Amino acid sequence: MRYAYYPGCCDHTSAKEYDISTRAVCKALGIELMEIPDWSCCGSTPGHSTSHLLGIALSARNLALVEEMGLDCTASCAACYQRLAMANVEMKNDTQLCEKINHITGKPYRGGVKVKSILEVIAEMNQSQILAKVVKSLKNLKIAVYYGCLMVRPRDIQIDDPENPTIMDNLLQNLGAQTLEWNYKTECCGAALAMSNEDIVLKLANKILADAKSAGANCIVTACPLCHFNLDMRQKKVNKAYETDYNLPVFYFTQLVGLALGIKPEALCLRDHFIDTKHILKLIV
Amino acid sequence: MSAINLTTIIKDNQDFIKYVSGESGQPVQQCYQCGKCTAGCPVALDMDYSPNSIVRMVQLGLKDEALRSQSIWICAYCSTCTSRCPRNIDIAKIMDCLRGMAKRQGIKLEGRAKDIALFYDSFLNTVKDNGRLYELGMMLNFNLKSKNYLRDADTGLAMFTRGKIKFVPMRNENYKEMALLFKRVKELEDKSK
Repeated sequence: MRYAYYPGCCDHTSAKEYDISTRAVCKALGIELMEIPDWSCCGSTPGHSTSHLLGIALSARNLALVEEMGLDCTASCAACYQRLAMANVEMKNDTQLCEKINHITGKPYRGGVKVKSILEVIAEMNQSQILAKVVKSLKNLKIAVYYGCLMVRPRDIQIDDPENPTIMDNLLQNLGAQTLEWNYKTECCGAALAMSNEDIVLKLANKILADAKSAGANCIVTACPLCHFNLDMRQKKVNKAYETDYNLPVFYFTQLVGLALGIKPEALCLRDHFIDTKHILKLIV
Repeated sequence: MSAINLTTIIKDNQDFIKYVSGESGQPVQQCYQCGKCTAGCPVALDMDYSPNSIVRMVQLGLKDEALRSQSIWICAYCSTCTSRCPRNIDIAKIMDCLRGMAKRQGIKLEGRAKDIALFYDSFLNTVKDNGRLYELGMMLNFNLKSKNYLRDADTGLAMFTRGKIKFVPMRNENYKEMALLFKRVKELEDKSK
């Protein structure tokens, strides 16, 4: 399997663990990721929030580059996935818009690319192929699997049910983990407001963490750098603001898949999280 | 809000109603105010008008009220409203459309809305200059413009110690194309004003 890979802007900075663990896991599973040459920012929330044309054009530039590669596209970041997939849908459905956007980017895109999130790519693999490579069990993990918004909404691009997705649960269950029933798996963490209105985000993160804890989770798993940043980096701030004592490590799903495949914790950047992961790593046997 | 004559306002603001429906691609008139969008909205309590009120404002042609609201900026685009709407209206897209209008029309923003708009600008400016997001540049620029100089300084330090922040921007090869892309978007938008 070969995909054009869109790592996204945070791949060398705030979400480097996600990028590094994604590449390591894909290599171990035989998925070949070809980084898109000359890729640029997808615009994320600031793009589409302030200009419809800009939001589409920033993503379309990348789709045109993928089309030249003759491959389908996968993105690790949930926000990038949503933006690329939305631009793809809108351009395929509206030829006038497509012409306008091609004029803006100066790179003609004809609509021949499929966009998938890396979660879909890994979850859709033949599970027995993955199981054949598993060397460690996740059976002692009680995971609150957190999907957030960007992969499951809106309808045109959703990878699973918007209210009760199970794609990541199933993947982790196949690796032996216990995934929990909880109420906040698709509730928004407020990512777009994190820098400008942190108080709102702390309130939302507190609700998510509280529900994960009361469901009996010993860790949280995400597939989105923004969700990860809000729940991991801001967990201490939530504790301070709401006088709570959460100590829930937040993993990228690729990190847990990587551990099950026997990839060393250092190669998955497990030491770079804000909430210490050591006590959970000891549970993986 | 003072007393308003809805009959006149609807008549006078047909252009606005048509523009929002067309630009967002949403059948705004289908909304029957069930309030499901607001019930599920994670940030509704921080808004000045609830999401269903904003849709109602569009139906009634209350342009100024909608464009000056805090709500259209506080919307986090989580699309919970959209996925639950029994009338198949993508409310998040309507919010996007109104934000874009407010920005292009130079509506003076205050409070939370002002900071959110500044943040979006700081983000996009680094993309225009570098082709990719330059996190440090964005944070410094945002703090400077919002006059909150030490905002997230603790976060920045913690990120730095984990190697999660870069001092120099990461550029793509043809980053100079990006300024042109932004320019063409602006030209097209100015034309359709």
